[in-house]
Amino acid sequence: MKPPAKAVKKSSRNIGPAAELLSERELRRIVDAVLRLARSTGAEEAEVHIDEVADNLTRFANNGIHQNVAEQGLTVSIRTVVDGRTARATTNRMEEDSLRATIEASLSLAHSQPKDPRILPMPGKQRYRRVNRFVKQTAALSAEERARAVRAACDLAIKNAQVAAGIFASGQRQSTLGNSRGLFAPYRETHAEFSITMQQAPAASWAKANFTDFRAFDPQKLAARASEKAHMAANARELPPGRYTVILEPAAVLDLVGFLFYDFAATALEDKRSCLNDRMNTPLFGKNTSIADDVYHPLQLGAPFDGEGLPRQRVLLVDRGIPKNLVYSRAAAKAARKTPTGHGFALPNEYGEAPMNLVFTGGDSSVEKMIASTDRGLLVTRLWYIREVDPYEKVMTGMTRDGLFLVENGRVTSAVRNFRFNQSLIEMLNNVDLLGPAVRATGEEAFEMVVPAMKVHNFHFSEVTKF
Amino acid sequence: MWDLCTNALDTARLRGATYGDVRVMHLRQRDLTTKNGQVGTLSQSESLGIGIRALANGAWGFASTDRLTREGVAACAAQAVSIAKASALAKRSEVVMAPEEAYVDSWQSPFRKDPFEIPLETQLTLLLAADEEMRRVKGVTLTETDMQFRKIDSWFASSIGSRIHQRKVISGCGIAATSFQGEEIQKRSYPNSFGGQHALQGYELIESLDLIRNAPIIAEEAAALHSASQCPEKVGTLILGGSQLGLQIHESIGHPIELDRVLGQEANFAGTSFLTLDQLNHLKYASSIVNVVADARLDHGPGLGTFAYDDEGVPAQCTDIIKDGQFRGYLSNRETAHLVGLNRSSGTMRTESWNRLPMIRMTNVSLLPGTWDYDDLIADTQDGILMETNRSWSIDDRRYQFQFSTEIGWEIKGGTKVRMLKNPSYSGITTEFWNSCDAICKLAHWNLWGTPNCGKGQPMQTMGTGHGASPARFRNVRIGTAFSNQ
Repeated sequence: MKPPAKAVKKSSRNIGPAAELLSERELRRIVDAVLRLARSTGAEEAEVHIDEVADNLTRFANNGIHQNVAEQGLTVSIRTVVDGRTARATTNRMEEDSLRATIEASLSLAHSQPKDPRILPMPGKQRYRRVNRFVKQTAALSAEERARAVRAACDLAIKNAQVAAGIFASGQRQSTLGNSRGLFAPYRETHAEFSITMQQAPAASWAKANFTDFRAFDPQKLAARASEKAHMAANARELPPGRYTVILEPAAVLDLVGFLFYDFAATALEDKRSCLNDRMNTPLFGKNTSIADDVYHPLQLGAPFDGEGLPRQRVLLVDRGIPKNLVYSRAAAKAARKTPTGHGFALPNEYGEAPMNLVFTGGDSSVEKMIASTDRGLLVTRLWYIREVDPYEKVMTGMTRDGLFLVENGRVTSAVRNFRFNQSLIEMLNNVDLLGPAVRATGEEAFEMVVPAMKVHNFHFSEVTKF
Repeated sequence: MWDLCTNALDTARLRGATYGDVRVMHLRQRDLTTKNGQVGTLSQSESLGIGIRALANGAWGFASTDRLTREGVAACAAQAVSIAKASALAKRSEVVMAPEEAYVDSWQSPFRKDPFEIPLETQLTLLLAADEEMRRVKGVTLTETDMQFRKIDSWFASSIGSRIHQRKVISGCGIAATSFQGEEIQKRSYPNSFGGQHALQGYELIESLDLIRNAPIIAEEAAALHSASQCPEKVGTLILGGSQLGLQIHESIGHPIELDRVLGQEANFAGTSFLTLDQLNHLKYASSIVNVVADARLDHGPGLGTFAYDDEGVPAQCTDIIKDGQFRGYLSNRETAHLVGLNRSSGTMRTESWNRLPMIRMTNVSLLPGTWDYDDLIADTQDGILMETNRSWSIDDRRYQFQFSTEIGWEIKGGTKVRMLKNPSYSGITTEFWNSCDAICKLAHWNLWGTPNCGKGQPMQTMGTGHGASPARFRNVRIGTAFSNQ
């Protein structure tokens, strides 16, 4: 047997900004070597996940870089099946003894539990739709290049008598899955992200973007936007809490509706913890709400396969306000006599599956048109610390942050102190008056999505804070 | 491991670093869950690697790798210095570090039973038995249990000569029953929500929790909540149970006192703080019976914020945060201490793993016990609501305005708990709330709660923090806002 220690030679990996990830050939050798080792150790079936990361993040505050980090790592996660039982063990130590110990740990965990009649044979070889989400120029972005972009953003802040804080991150990752039935699924992507908060005491505003290619956004334009809005946000006035018409920028929409995603898991309905229990196939949201899960959308990222290696499918979740479909792991699909949709998490787990690549259908309005059409309302830049208050009515609480503005007679007239909201998402998606085009949005509370800006009436703000 | 550390520090120095520190960490973790009588997650993991922090040209760089060869570590150290030099392209001031002595030491957190030596069958049998006890109760539609164990070895070395090895053993466990009826989902958890109780202890923590006895109690409460009255919306008297008060401390005292937040270093993500530097020793944070400390020493208890040295090589300390209601101290590190007039770090630099930069973190931020017996506190309350076990939590990015809801409430009339209330919630402004505290229960009711999931930093790090608390009473609190619909 070829020792995995040779196949998993960490010393072949470069360290530095242009670190090269392992090639697909090397990954296949690791998978094969681990599977051979698992077979020789007594596993009836085995599955290997290899995750490799080379990430960099430059962080700035008070108009200068204060943290600047790089990370490189490789993990091998092994799931074994023996006698109707399964378990997982993970390591980042690639010596043969460590890999063997990890397999033995997985087997020992598996043996310790009762038989599970729900365990399915692992899937065999699959065909995947090709996605290209790796950009060499992003992988090669250096600490010096990030520092220069940060310096330019900080110089703008200084020029405008403001204080900048944020990040410029870039990196590359790959995730590979193989199993003893011949399945082999490699995926790699690059990512870059720029986020900036401009502070003009006591106010602040914010802008953020990310994508596979760092050239898809301009850090200086984001800095300029945040700077302009921070200036607008100064001298905020206090308004009474109550129900307002709101214009939610895409990041605000994203962070709110992101809390709906797990409700579309078939397992969540089976567990009776979804807001969709007893509500499928009946009108629940407004007719202008349509949502799909689509990893292949050009503005989405992510692997075209799930935690068991099944190809991800596009699933129409909500069609003109009616929840139509759920996503299914293999086990959930079998229990419900449905077809798996390729949304399962790595096994074993108790959560089943979830849509991770939400795409909303947009409209033909825009934030500018929404403002122009509003007699009195609030423009919301971003939301913060969102938590679920009522899981069935999907009442969420949270705060506005980094730019809340009063709109009167079709234009922004002043900044407003931040509010706390307590708002049902179900009610909110029945109150959408206008939709902008769906764009890739990124926030801090939910996965990136393709969502539109929304104009929503009767949005409930319950309290006001001190700034 | 020390050879690797020395190799890293030598390389950093040769490349131009004026200071360096290194953490080799070996993390082991076991996770067990059940759901509805079936095993859910069953996994074990380990991770070994090195993180190197270098100061060069007056700026910081950090690099990490799992490639623990002489060549790999040297390349990582060189990268850390290279990144530091890039940071210097956009620095605003030179990093100045408070002095600290060099320590050579080895420390292990005390535990009686190594959880990794307890048979898995024993652990699963206990979880499945608790799960079964909950499923026996009519109306329960979902049962969940979990256990988590961690063993963390860290080898810290710095260019001032410290060599510190620490081993920490952490255990955690919780159970929960959920009931879906009509158009309502209700849930009860024990001993706390979101994963239960976590502490720097061995398997003895699990054995002390008495899961089997408590499982039917919470299951019955989950089912009974459906027929309970809705928590009213009003301004009134609030009594918080210990675990909920622990989270209240975490959000409205623990985070605002982090000096990196105060100084704007977290402005883009976690936020800033209302505790600007001019407030120190001037702000009346709370009523005069409130005393809060940040205490990482083992004397304080086996909390998730307990250690011998922080990840900057500074010994564990106890810092007064609120003394007799007055604001007295921040959480600091070697870089920020001088900004609040201190000549030494308060020892709160902590890292999640070898691949993350240490940052200012809560240790055990605890409300010291008061004088009240719990029964006397209830008997003394003519009209109030007792709230227990967190359900949701949210606070603004400067830590002024908060809203919490809990799993269960109890109406108190004439000194007696008279009825169960569902969907309880309360909200307020941090300093107004803490100044309204008029009773704190005594040591017999005090517990050091573990919060295992505190997120902060970019890239995000999750850290465990400790919060000692006993039930306490607050007056004129806004109650029921989360479910108001004005």
